[in-house]
Formats: sequence, C-alpha cells, structure tokens
Amino acid sequence: MMHLEKETRTSNGCRRYFMKTVVALPLAMLFGSTALAVPGTAEINTTGLAVTDTTVKVGILHSVTGTMAISETGSVQAEKLAIEQINAMGGVLGRKIEYIQEDGASDWPTFAEKSKKLLVKDKVAAVFGCWTSASRKAVLPIFEQYNGMLYYPTFYEGLEQSPNVIYTGQEATQQIIAGIDWVVKNKGAKKFFLLGSDYIWPRTSNKIARKHIDKLGLKVVGEEYYPLGHTQFNSVINKIKLKKPDVIYAIVVGGSNVAFYKQLKAAGIDMTKEKPIVLTISVTEDEVLGIGGENIVGAYAAMKYFQSLDNANNKAFVEAFKKRWGDGIVIGDVTQAAYLGPWLWKAAVEKAGSFDIDKIRAASPEIELPTAPEGYVRIHPNHHLWSKTRIGHARMDGQYDIVYETESLIEPDPFPKGYQ
Amino acid sequence: MFEEYTMSELTSIFAMQGFAGLILFSVLVLMALGLAIIFGQMGVINMAHGEFMILGAYITYLTSIVFSEHLPDLFSGYFFLAMILAFLGSFFLGAFVEWSMIRHLYKRPLDTLLATWGLSLILQQLYRTIFGAREVGVSIPDWMMGSYPITDLIEVPINGIFVMVLTLFISLGVYLIMFKSSLGKQTRAVVQNRDMAGAVGINTEKVDRYTYAIGCGIAGIAGSAFTMIGSTGPTAGQLYIVDTFLVVVFGGASNLLGTIASAFTISQAQSTLEFFLSGSMAKVLTLLTVVGILMLLPQGLFALKIRR
Repeated sequence: MMHLEKETRTSNGCRRYFMKTVVALPLAMLFGSTALAVPGTAEINTTGLAVTDTTVKVGILHSVTGTMAISETGSVQAEKLAIEQINAMGGVLGRKIEYIQEDGASDWPTFAEKSKKLLVKDKVAAVFGCWTSASRKAVLPIFEQYNGMLYYPTFYEGLEQSPNVIYTGQEATQQIIAGIDWVVKNKGAKKFFLLGSDYIWPRTSNKIARKHIDKLGLKVVGEEYYPLGHTQFNSVINKIKLKKPDVIYAIVVGGSNVAFYKQLKAAGIDMTKEKPIVLTISVTEDEVLGIGGENIVGAYAAMKYFQSLDNANNKAFVEAFKKRWGDGIVIGDVTQAAYLGPWLWKAAVEKAGSFDIDKIRAASPEIELPTAPEGYVRIHPNHHLWSKTRIGHARMDGQYDIVYETESLIEPDPFPKGYQ
Repeated sequence: MFEEYTMSELTSIFAMQGFAGLILFSVLVLMALGLAIIFGQMGVINMAHGEFMILGAYITYLTSIVFSEHLPDLFSGYFFLAMILAFLGSFFLGAFVEWSMIRHLYKRPLDTLLATWGLSLILQQLYRTIFGAREVGVSIPDWMMGSYPITDLIEVPINGIFVMVLTLFISLGVYLIMFKSSLGKQTRAVVQNRDMAGAVGINTEKVDRYTYAIGCGIAGIAGSAFTMIGSTGPTAGQLYIVDTFLVVVFGGASNLLGTIASAFTISQAQSTLEFFLSGSMAKVLTLLTVVGILMLLPQGLFALKIRR
C-alpha cells in the first residue's frame, strides 16, 4: 500500500468535477453556501491554530505500518476522501483543508508522541484518527492537556466520554443490545455461548451482553476468552458442540478471526444451517477479505453500517470511494465512521463560525448529518452518535445482506446503568 | 460440570478433544521443525522464522490465484504444487540470507537474534508493500475443508488430518536427512565441532548454507499448510514465533526428538486445560508449567550429553 504514503493533496480535475455533481450539490443545499463572504482569520481563530486566510490544517493519525495497518488503512482512505470532497465544494469557512498525515505504527507510545507533534508543533485544528482503544487511551491525556479535538471512528467498549473526543463509531450498548434482541425475537434463541479475544473491548462487550441476556431471562452456557493472536480453536469448538448453544456470540479480532472461522467450518459447523447461529460484532467486510466469504457465509453481524446498505447517500459514497481507491476495495463499518469525521467537524466549525476548539465543542451537540452513508446521524451531548443498528447476513462474496434495521436511532449510552 | 450430559456424548467429546490435542501437536511440530534445525543444529536464533512461514503462505496464495484463473479444472489439487513451491521459495530465500548475512555471524550467535529480527521487519514491510496491509484470503479446495463424520457425534476436521499426515511425512523426511544422509552426518559433525569437521574435509560453509535453507524451506511448507487453519497477512508470522521458540527451547534445543516430545507435552497440556478452564487461563498454566520444568531442567527435556 505504498501509494497511501505517497498520496498528495492535489485532486485532479476529473474527480473534482465528479464530486461537485454527485456529492457537493445535495450537501451544499443542506449546509448552506459558505463561500459568499470569507470571515477574517483573526475572528475565527483566536487560539493560534494553523489557520490562514485560505487554508486550515488538520491531522490524520493512523497506523499505516505494523499489525494494525490491516484495519486502519480503510479509515485513512475514508478520511482523505471526505477531505477532498469538502475541498471540492469550497472547504470550511472558505478555507481549503490541508492534512498532515502521521503514522502511529501500531505502537501506542508512538500514537501519543505523534498526537503531541500534531497539536503542539503543527497546531492542527482537528485530528482524525486512532483505531484501537489502546491507542485512543494513549493520546487522550495529550488531547485533554493541549485542548485538541479527536474524531475517533471505531466501535468500542464505551465507559468513556472526553470533552476532546467525538466518537463517530458505536459504543457497546448500541451494537450489542439490538443484536441480541433481534436474535431472540426472530430466531427464538435461548442459550448463548460468549466468545472473545482477551482484552478490554470483547470482555466489556460480553459483560453487557451477559447482563442483557440475564435480563431477558435467557441463559449463557459458556463464556471464553483467548489471547490475541490465538490460532487454535478446536478445544473451544468442542466445548461449543457439547454445550449446544443456540447462538455463538463471537467477538474475536485480528488474525484469530481467520483461524476461528476456518476451524469452525472445518469442524463441521455449517453456519448457513444456523445450528448454532453465529452472531458477531467484530467482523466487517474488511475482516471477511482475510477470512474468505466461503468460510463465514451464513453468519450474522450486528453493526451500524454495511457496504450493501441501500440508500442514495451510500450509493454515492461507495461509488466515490471506489473511484478514488480502486474497484476491488471493500468498505466496512469503521471506514464509514471515519468518513463521517471530517464532515461532522466541518458542520461544527460552520455552526460555531469558528475554528476554536472550545466553540466547536459547544456547537457539536445536536449537529445533524443527513448525508451520512449510514443514513441520518446526530451528535449526542455525550459526544457519541445517535445511530441505527443493522443485522447483516454474510454472503459467499464477502458482502452482507441486511436482514434487519432498528426502527429508530439508538441513543448512545457510554455508561449504561445496570450493565456494569 | 458434566452431570447433564449422557455417557455417549461425553465419550465422543473426549474423543474429539483428544483429536484436537493431536492436531495441535502436529501444528506445533510442523512449526518447530524448521526452527529446531536452525536453532538446535546451528545455534542461530532465527527470529525471522515466522516470516519464512508467511512467505510459504503467500506463495500458496499466489498459486491458488494462478490455478483458479488459468487452470480451474486442476484447482482441487493445487495445494500439493503450492507446498512444493513454498518449500523452494523459502529454501532459496534462506540460502540467500545465509550467504548474505548469517554466515558472518556464526562466531556471534547472540547477534543473529538482532540480525534476524531486523530481517523479519524487512520481510514484513516487503509483504506489506507487495500484497497490501490487509490479510489475504486463500481459497482452499472444497475437499480439504469440512469434516469427516466417524459416528453421529464424532466429527473429525479434514484439514486436521491433512496437517497430521503432512507432519508425519515431514518429520520422516527430516529424520532421513539428518540421520541417514551424508549431509545430515556432516551437519551433526559441524554442530559438535566446527573446526574438527573442517579439518577432516567437510565443507562447513556449504553444510551451513544447506542446513539453514532446509530449515527455512520447512518453515515455508508449514506456512503453506497453515493457510488452511490461520490467517495470511504481513504480520501473521508473529502469531507463531512465540509458540515455536517455546517448543524448541522446552524440548532441548539440540535434539529433534526433544522437539517432538515437547510439542506433545505442550499440546496435550494446553488442549486439556483449554477444555476444563478458559483459553487464557490454559495458556498461563501451560507457560507456568514450562517455566517450572525449565528451572529444573535448564537444557530442556532432552539435553545432549556433553562433557564440559
């Protein structure tokens, strides 16, 4: 993926034309035109951020090397696409966005160091970045100390709410409760086997899942964790066969994912027969690339976005994304959430009429984004997004068929009462 | 914990669990053999072992693409060719690495650790540049996936059987090379006394090169076979390296039989513990046991008896 690093900020005329026609027109109508009068830099930037009369600098902070590059590549691509689209329709408050990309290199101290560089030396107006909870926790004190604004795209375990972070992915309750309710109501599931990689997100998520299953009066017949990178799942598969759950609730991540689904299939568990049903919250289209569609066909995933989502926003987004980054590419939940970051920031800046972090923070709650590929989203005062949760049914070709979506937006609840 | 199950259910689960242990055993042996040859026989701490495995996996991936696009009729058999190519690819890369890097470090065995670690980083970035940062999905012929039902309840994964048979063949092959061929005799002679072996006319440089290359080649085959059970990505080799070293060190680095005995002990301990405890606990206890035994037997299970 060398082309990523070599990427420059210029966009060619053809792309610009395309974006103007497909994306910019509806967006311009919604947000109102900003290009009429460009406000003076001194008024809209009172804290010395890197804003000039014509440009504004932002940071992109993801791992493009190391283990996490697998996952974070999509987010980088989405954020660049969003920035280019915003520039093509005139930028933010009349200023073109220039981005400074830093590599967190899958190493949490490096994330901290680079975020400090972006905030202190480059004085960026916003940072789009981080993927794992560990990297977010590493940069959090720096964002709070130097008063930066981070747009964080990954679905995560919740239990956090920083004035310096906007969480554009779902927190755990949004993803989990709707999924379990669906499988109970529509598939008559009664017995659950909870399985995960051994770190904070799967453990917290399964805790929430277990509480919810208990509340419904149903049964958890097993709960297991395996170290990150574990590649042998035969023992746990045997245990699953013995306990005969109706649902395997799987939160396995990374390379383990591939091993788990391949071995599940090899052990004779045909997921299309739904005995048991496999329900996951950790396998997006990105992960399926590595697992192979034929090894996961029939499983269900609960998250807020699937590439196959059928609406006009998403069609334009998928088309623009493929045009920018190549036809063979897939778009997963986090990639879409990363795409929202620059747009939400733009909306906040325009609502505040200023690049000042404090004013953006004050303006952020209740900002709406009707143009989001996932459909309408809105920022909650707790800095998370109201969003719908959908259930996808894995297909042979690595995409999901959407079989269910919640009727209304689910309120983000990062500190769920009775679930801790 | 077992009250609610019938006798036949329990028997079949234990049978399957025993089989899971055997599969884990084969996987560990296959991972460790290449390293046992390089580390045990040459004293080179090969931190790039996992990357040689992943080279085998990527070669398998490329072969599968070539076959599915140009020879779809023969797709069901591509895996055998892929394994041979994986062996050759890793063999020649191994020989090149030995020539360009390792041979300058034989007198400084600890430095091989740093050098091969650097090599592993270089290879990882190379894979990332060529194949992209994301994992690739290797399609496996249908007959190699799925399971073979022995009774109603006992189902045996076919890829597990495949790995077991493969491990058996590779182990036999290594045994023949190391103990029945002249190269093996020379290798063992060089290991025991490099200067003396040179004095009696053994070309020690050539022996080193072949030994290292064969070790890497076996890693390539292992990587090729593991596309059936694990992931193929630039950094996937790191998933195997710790277990591999554990097996080799625990077994007694210089003894191939020790490697097999240690793989057996670790796999059985781990799969039994995994069944009765949770996965992470099982890993902790297995590691604790290994540490405990290594404190009593610092040379590992099977130490070469040398007068010092």
